[in-house]
Amino acid sequence: MRGAGTRLLATTALLAIRAIRRHVLRSFLTVLGIVIGVFAVVTMVTLGKGATQSVHDQVSGLGANLLTVLPGNGPGRGGGGEAPPPFKPEDVTAIRGQIGGVTAVAAQAQASETAVYNAANWSTTVNGTSDAYLDAQNWKLTAGRRFSADEEESGKSVCLVGSTVARNLYPGQQPVGTTLRLGSISCTVIGVLATRGQGGFGQDNDDTVIMPIKAVQRRLTGSRDIRAIVVAADPAYDSAAIQLSIAELLRQRRNIQGGKLDDFTIFDSRQIADTLSGVTGVLTAIVSAVAAISLLVGGIGIMNIMLVSVTERTREIGIRLAIGAVGREVMLQFLVEAVVLSCIGGLIGLVLAFFASLGLSAMLGVPFVFDPLTNIIAFAFSGLIGVVFGYFPARRAASLNPIDALRHE
Amino acid sequence: MSEPLIRLRGVTKQFGEGEAAFRALKGVDLDIAAGDFMAVMGPSGSGKSTTMNILGCLDVPSSGAYLFRDHHVEHLGRDQRALLRRRYLGFVFQGFNLLARTSALENVELPLLYRGEDKRRRHEMAMVALEKVGLVPWARHTPAELSGGQQQRVAIARAIVTHPDVLLADEPTGNLDSERSVEIMELLTDLNRTSGITVLMVTHEPEMAAYARTIVHFRDGLVESIERKPA
Repeated sequence: MRGAGTRLLATTALLAIRAIRRHVLRSFLTVLGIVIGVFAVVTMVTLGKGATQSVHDQVSGLGANLLTVLPGNGPGRGGGGEAPPPFKPEDVTAIRGQIGGVTAVAAQAQASETAVYNAANWSTTVNGTSDAYLDAQNWKLTAGRRFSADEEESGKSVCLVGSTVARNLYPGQQPVGTTLRLGSISCTVIGVLATRGQGGFGQDNDDTVIMPIKAVQRRLTGSRDIRAIVVAADPAYDSAAIQLSIAELLRQRRNIQGGKLDDFTIFDSRQIADTLSGVTGVLTAIVSAVAAISLLVGGIGIMNIMLVSVTERTREIGIRLAIGAVGREVMLQFLVEAVVLSCIGGLIGLVLAFFASLGLSAMLGVPFVFDPLTNIIAFAFSGLIGVVFGYFPARRAASLNPIDALRHE
Repeated sequence: MSEPLIRLRGVTKQFGEGEAAFRALKGVDLDIAAGDFMAVMGPSGSGKSTTMNILGCLDVPSSGAYLFRDHHVEHLGRDQRALLRRRYLGFVFQGFNLLARTSALENVELPLLYRGEDKRRRHEMAMVALEKVGLVPWARHTPAELSGGQQQRVAIARAIVTHPDVLLADEPTGNLDSERSVEIMELLTDLNRTSGITVLMVTHEPEMAAYARTIVHFRDGLVESIERKPA
């Protein structure tokens, strides 16, 4: 009897497809809700995963476990009170010497200047820092060489240009060896930085010129102030612990008493990544939940049509019962029909979602992440909707009295 | 004649309860021999349709006994009765009741589907049944493309494809002109003679009843008389 049951299921599926083909337009309208629902959910989840992936890529591109120390307590500091003091070169030395588990420490001083080469000019940010910064950021060169210890120590006027600067000032030309004017000073280009793309906040990482920090301090900012300290943590160490000991050290050096708040902030790249991913995740979940409602509506649509279909085919059900179909078999027929319908809808939705997310992710500049699990779950869910919303009409069909059903006009 | 295939003993059927109750059958006794061709006649409301529904296991009696091949079947449940119909009974209706937009062949294959026959065997058996009713050239046509007489012959093929013991026909010629009616009656008679299938037929028309070997008259929920033609 087992073989007969399987055969019956196969035959029932065939009957269902025939019944659906008989009413192509109606079947299409019926599954439209499921199509839209699956399409919306899968597209949203796929784009959301792409966005999360993109955040992770960018942050890991910054170098693993990067701590950035900035003066002031947080980016949202209001205008009140005096500006917190900047860091001094001694702070950098202290961190390098006293904190364990740190692979690179680099000070940063910044100035905005207009870079000029031949007739072309370009406004950019000049970053004064050291070789350690490139290590911390895991930033490679495409041409030339990095700073020598001697150039760093003496604050020689040499520089590395970012790819955006190189593209704008040196179209089709090799920058290495040329002399670049930065505002009132000039420097020799010794290297070109590899392209890093957009940062986590949309800024262009490649729109920069890097010089030894002493050169920037002496010739551009005119002070020994340090705008930021970049610390690369050894991945084997706990970055949160390193963050705490840096904070401890700086509180001491900046003379902050017990109860007072820090007048500096330490950003952990991994925390930023997690926060951004969290935000993307929550947004994805909310949008997907809204999209899931159309799945539900789609299910109700299927139930509605199946009920109509049961009424319309009352005589057919009567015939089947009279020639010896048991209730179970009639029920199976209508259930399979509902499931086949909703699965077709789900499949169409998946195909549409695939192409839409392919196009949209290209448009939005996030990577396209095809997640088989999302697709499988969405497809299974559309099938489940068929079962749930097909059950009631199918049971109604199975419970018809054959005598009444045969008389039905 | 051998042991009766079917025996009804004191069968009653009541519809509704209390004041509105209507007793359609008031104690029917009836024996049907295997291989008989029985016409069931009677005015509307005489109980002939109710009796046919009970005989066809589409309905159950309120009281009394129904013995099919010496087995009591009056207490069987819905699904058991369906299985009984599947195995032993075939139905032909006044309104043909074929599945629309479905070929004659597929219509005839339908009961085999529920028997779990595989595709090849379904096709074979259905073609044999269609041959018996003379519709092999029409196998691929849908009911809409067939005449009334042809549709009823498809219905008969569907009823006999499983080789049932009993063929129940409810006014099988009710929707046909007299020429087609004669064809259908000749077909039924032929099937009854050659394959020994027991035929139970409800009819209003004495000309159609004349084809039967036994004629049962119903009146007011009781068997009024039974005519048996000499063999």
